[in-house]
Amino acid sequence: MELWYTEEHTPTVRFSIKIKEQLLSKKSPFQQIDVFDSEEFGRFFTLDGLMMVTEKDEFIYHDMIVHVPMATNPQIKKVLVIGGGDGGTVRELTRYKTIEHIDMVDIDQIVVDVCKKLLPFTSKKLSDKRVNLYFEDGLKFVRRFENEYDLIIVDSTDPFGPGEGLFTKEFYGNCFKALKKDGILVNQHENPYYESYSSAMRRAHKRIKEFFPICSVYQAHIPTYPSGHWLFGFASKKYDPIKDLDAEAWNALKLDTKYYNTDLHTGAFMLPNYVKKALEQVD
Amino acid sequence: MSEEKKLTQHTAPLLDALEAYRARRVVPFDVPGHKQGRGTPELTAFLGKQCLSVDVNSMKPLDNLSHPTSVIRDAETLAAEACGADAAFLMVGGTTSSVQAMIMSVCKRGDAIIIPRNVHKSAINALILCGITPIYVDPGTHPELGISLGMDAKNVEKTIAAHPEAKAVFMNNPTYYGVCPDVRRIVAAAHKAGMAALVDEAHGTHFYFGENLPCSAMSVGADMACISMHKTGGSLTQSSLLVMKKGRIDPEYVRTIINLTQTTSASYLLMSSIDIARKALATEGKETFRKVCDLAQYARDEINGIGDYYAFSKEIVNGRDVCDFDVTKLSIHTLKIGLAGVEVYDILRDDYGIQIEFGDMGNMLAIISVGDTHYNIERLVSSLSEIKRLHSKEGIALWDHEYVAPVVKLSPQDAFYAERRVVPLKDSVGEISSEFVMCYPPGIPILAPGELVTREALDYILYAKDKGSLLMGPQDMALENLGVVK
Repeated sequence: MELWYTEEHTPTVRFSIKIKEQLLSKKSPFQQIDVFDSEEFGRFFTLDGLMMVTEKDEFIYHDMIVHVPMATNPQIKKVLVIGGGDGGTVRELTRYKTIEHIDMVDIDQIVVDVCKKLLPFTSKKLSDKRVNLYFEDGLKFVRRFENEYDLIIVDSTDPFGPGEGLFTKEFYGNCFKALKKDGILVNQHENPYYESYSSAMRRAHKRIKEFFPICSVYQAHIPTYPSGHWLFGFASKKYDPIKDLDAEAWNALKLDTKYYNTDLHTGAFMLPNYVKKALEQVD
Repeated sequence: MSEEKKLTQHTAPLLDALEAYRARRVVPFDVPGHKQGRGTPELTAFLGKQCLSVDVNSMKPLDNLSHPTSVIRDAETLAAEACGADAAFLMVGGTTSSVQAMIMSVCKRGDAIIIPRNVHKSAINALILCGITPIYVDPGTHPELGISLGMDAKNVEKTIAAHPEAKAVFMNNPTYYGVCPDVRRIVAAAHKAGMAALVDEAHGTHFYFGENLPCSAMSVGADMACISMHKTGGSLTQSSLLVMKKGRIDPEYVRTIINLTQTTSASYLLMSSIDIARKALATEGKETFRKVCDLAQYARDEINGIGDYYAFSKEIVNGRDVCDFDVTKLSIHTLKIGLAGVEVYDILRDDYGIQIEFGDMGNMLAIISVGDTHYNIERLVSSLSEIKRLHSKEGIALWDHEYVAPVVKLSPQDAFYAERRVVPLKDSVGEISSEFVMCYPPGIPILAPGELVTREALDYILYAKDKGSLLMGPQDMALENLGVVK
C-alpha cells in the first residue's frame, strides 16, 4: 500500500509527498497536528493539513526570516518571535552571540512539545538560556508592550485559522507600539501566485504600510510551500533593508548559512514584475 | 407525527417534520414558485439546496402557524415548557411582532399603558396602531455613564397609583445595555392594581436557559414576555417567541390578535430555526452561557486593563433603577478616551473590520453570544487598544445626559393621523411632532408622535446627528425637516 500526503494548494491544484511513516496525529485545542517521515523531504509536520516545516528545506525559510533583519541591523539585542513553534527561527537567532533576550510566543503548547520531541533539527535551541517561551495568543501578548523590542518576527500560519489575528491592522499596530524607535518587523508574507494567498499578501502589505515608514517585501524559493515562491515582509521605523545592509559586519560573524548570503540579501528584494504590480495596487 | 414520538426537550418536532417532508420527495404544485429551488439556480447556489428544499408553505404534514394543531403546536408546547410558560407562540415578524401582539392582547383603543421611555419603537408603534395612550415612566439615567436604566420600582408604583385606569405595565428586561429593573416587584405591583405585566425580553433570551443570570419574566409570574430567540439564542434573524402565563389573558385570544397582522405564509426556515435553537438552548444552554459569561468577563477585564475605557458590569447595581445586570452584554463607556461611543463604533467597522451592535453618545455595546471565539475577543480588545493609542483625545465636551423627558400632548395615534405640515428641524421647538426621531440602533425614541419638541430634545438630535449617529424616523431622510401637527 502506498501512503501519500496531499495538500491542496488551491481547490484544483495538489501537492503530494510519498510518506514512509506517519509519526504522530494529534488534535490540540487549536489545530490538527501531524508529523510524517518521507524519502524526499525527511521529517515534516503539518497543521490542519498545511505544510509547516520539512527537514530538507526548512533552512531556506529560517535563514531568510532571521538573517535579513539581522544583517540590516547587527545591533539587535531583544527579539520577539510570534508563532514559530517548530523552533527553527529561534535556532537561527541563537547563533548571534549579541542577542541577549528572545521571547517566543506560540498559541499552541502542544505544537512546541511535539516539535521538541519529533523535530529536534529545528527545536534544539528552544532550551537556550536566552529564550523565554510563552503560550498564548500572539495578538494578546504583543498588546501589553511599548518600546520594548528591536526585532519582531511573525512566523505564523496562514490567515485562515489560529493565525488570522496575526494579519490584522490591530496586530501590526500593536507590533509598531511594541518596537523600539529603530525596530524592525519581519513577517511571513504568503505567496504571490495563487489568488487566495496573494490577496492575503496584498492586505497584509497594505496594513503594515499604514504604520511603518519603511515597508518592503522580499522573496525566497521554498519547494514545499504553495507555488514554491514565498514572500517575507520587512518593515522598519528606521532601517532600509538594502541601503542599511551591513554586509561587512555580518560577514565578519562568519556564520555558516546554507541559503542566505549578503549578495542574495539585496537580490531577494528585487521582485518580479507581477509581484511588484500586485503590491503597487495597494500602494 | 406527534403521536409517534415522545415530546421532550431533546426533540425538535418541526425539524423532524421538515426532514420527513424532504425525504418523501413530494412533487410541489403549490407555492412557493421556486419549487424547492429548482426554478431559481442563482438563489439556490447562493443559499444552498438544503435550505431551499425546505422553504415550503403550510400543508397538512407541516401544520399551519395561524391554526396549529400538530407539529407547530408541539414545537410551541416545548418552547413554553422550556421557558416555564403556560403557552408559547412562534413568531416570524421579528420581536416587533411579539411586542405588538403582547400590547394589543391587553389594551384596546383609548386604553392607557404604563411604559418606560426607553422602550423600543415597536412598542410605540403598537400604541399608534391601536390608539393607546402611553404613560411614561422615567427609566432613570446613570449619572456617569449617561445610559438610561431600568425604571425604579418605586416610581412605577407611584405611577400605578396615579393612573389606576392603566391596563398594563410594560418593562424591559434587560435594556439594550443589560440593565434589569426589579421585575418581581413591578409584576407584583401591576397585579395588585389589576393590571397585566408585560415584559420585553428581546435582549434576555439567555435568562431562560443560563445559570446565575438575571431572573426571567416567566419565573416571576409576568403575564407575557417576548423573547428574541434570534438575538442571543441562535435562531435566524426575524424569528422570535412570545410566551405567556394563563390567568389574566387567554391564549386563544392572543392567537387571534397575532393573526390580525401575521403573515399567512409563515417561513418554515424561521420557524424551524426557533425549534432547533430551543432544543439546543434547553439541552446545552447552561454550558453555552457559562462560556459566554466567561468570554464576556475576560473581554471586560482586558478592556478595563487598557485604561480609560470602562466596560461596566454588576458594580452599577444599586437596588433601585439597576436591580441586576446581564453580564453577557459587553457595554463599554468611551467618554474618557475622548471619543463618542458611535465614533469608536465607526472606527472599529471602517478600520478594523469589526462590527459591533451599536454605539451611542457615551457608550457602545458588543454582543457576546454562542458563536463567539477567543480569537475574535482578542481582535476586539487589541483594536480598542489601538484606537486609544491612535485616536484618543482630551477635553472634548460630550453630552453627559441621555434622558430627554417627553412632554406628551396628543396620543401617538392622534398625532400620527393628524393633519401635518413640515417645518425645518431647527425651527421646530414648541411644535408637536407627528413623527418619530430616534438613533438606530438602539431604536429608542428621542421624540415620538404627539410629543412637544423641546429645546433639550432638539439639541440632543442635532448633537447625535453631528456625531454621526444614524437617525431614523422622519420622512425626510436627511432630517433637515420634521413633520409636525398643524
